[in-house]
Amino acid sequence: MATESLKNKVAIVGAADTEVGVVPHLSATQLYVKAAKLVLADAGIAKDQVDGLITCVSFAEPYMYHAEMIAEYMQIFPRYCMTAPSGGGTTLAIMHHAASAIATGMCDTVLITMADSQLSGLSRAKAIEAMSGAGHPQFERPYGPPIPAFYALLARAHEHQYGTTAAQRAAVAVACRKHASMNPAAQMRKPITVEDVLNSRMIADPLHLLDCSLVSDGGAAIVMTSAERARDFKAKPVYLLGTGEGHSHEHISEARSLTTSAAKEAGARAYAMAGLGPRDIDVAELYDCFTPVVIIELEDLGFCSKGEGGRFVEGGRIELGGELPLNTHGGLLSHCHPGHPGSMFSVTEAVRQLRGECGPRQVTGAKIALVHAQGGIMSTHCTAIFGSERI
Amino acid sequence: MAAEIGKPLPVPTLETRPYWDGCKRHELRIQRCSACGHYQFYPRIYCTQCFGDRVAWVTASGRATVLSFTIVRRPVSPAFAQDVPYVVALVTLEEGPSMMTNIIGCEPEKVEIGMPVAVAFEDWNEEISIAKFRPA
Repeated sequence: MATESLKNKVAIVGAADTEVGVVPHLSATQLYVKAAKLVLADAGIAKDQVDGLITCVSFAEPYMYHAEMIAEYMQIFPRYCMTAPSGGGTTLAIMHHAASAIATGMCDTVLITMADSQLSGLSRAKAIEAMSGAGHPQFERPYGPPIPAFYALLARAHEHQYGTTAAQRAAVAVACRKHASMNPAAQMRKPITVEDVLNSRMIADPLHLLDCSLVSDGGAAIVMTSAERARDFKAKPVYLLGTGEGHSHEHISEARSLTTSAAKEAGARAYAMAGLGPRDIDVAELYDCFTPVVIIELEDLGFCSKGEGGRFVEGGRIELGGELPLNTHGGLLSHCHPGHPGSMFSVTEAVRQLRGECGPRQVTGAKIALVHAQGGIMSTHCTAIFGSERI
Repeated sequence: MAAEIGKPLPVPTLETRPYWDGCKRHELRIQRCSACGHYQFYPRIYCTQCFGDRVAWVTASGRATVLSFTIVRRPVSPAFAQDVPYVVALVTLEEGPSMMTNIIGCEPEKVEIGMPVAVAFEDWNEEISIAKFRPA
């Protein structure tokens, strides 16, 4: 197998979020384009300088050729144009593809803009029903699993195998909310306690309401270019040091394991490319659609050994000031979760942390950030490691 | 049967029709590779182990154990509202493959990982019966 290396070759030179949470005054398409406008301003370039465009599909305003639709709407004419058909891990994996496109010369300056209007454009009930299309139409959906049920199956298995507790899962939600409370942009900012999580309504045993991420509106965008060209942009570049993917199944009923995920492969590939390991990471932004996912990711990405994730998240270790601050913007649990764009907000937060722009929630001296995203039901994984400098 | 109106009704395909025909007769049918002996579910054109084309339909014992489960309190859609709380589970069939199902015939709180269960069919209409499991 050929060794892939994108290390030090590509940089993020723009990062921006729209307002998130409840955004009834902007349609899904407008959110994509607003995120694009904000990120171009951050990068200090005009729209005509974009020669690569990537979007994700929208539930609220779908188009058959979505990226082409956004290009048309903005009146830009890229030479590389791609729509990511799904979210989560794919949202981050598309950054991997964009980096490859830049490294091979397919294009110079890629705009990735992702958004949706899940709350205002769809309604909470419709958003939940649309997302449950994730189940196999013949062999899963007849059994009535809402999305939290799929993840509850993982939580229960991890509990059974390793003794992970509800209070440990709750610690993940508490940390995310604490960070969101320090982020004026976040959708849910009122601090919560472990007891609040445990006393919240049971959705799908053993997951409570506060173990589940939000339903939101919002958009996020980045601009990527080659490390050489990065100097010509206004913003301080953030470099891609390593990235990797792992793909294990689509349907949870086909998973190789309920407690070990393909995050293990994605992380190993990203660490190998960067020449770094878990101890080198200053701040982590991990996909947190449901609290048990974070616990499994921490194990599979090597921050602790298998089965130790529950104990790892206790005692403030994952909070600001702790050993591994994670989801410093508040994550999908408390910042926002508009569906497919979810992990883009992790990327924009990682960029802000590495630029040192995070104010009270800044991780002091953060130089290396890890972003991990998963999609489907722990199906498709991508890890990315970013640095404030080339290494 | 009227209670199932509005639930996602499976539409058998060329590939899955033998499974659904089995369900209609209250037989749980899976595939076995005649070349390497591997059992698989859901149905596929080739064996996932040796990738050979000698996959044959067999009737499973219907015995399984609970791999994991959840008790759904908030229904996925209004059609399931009458069923809450209901158990969505993954079970491992005696032959090896896993499948999603509902555990019925007991209090949801009595379900445990590792519990032995046996298939029980629920008739949704003349064509479609759904394989569920109850405590063995």
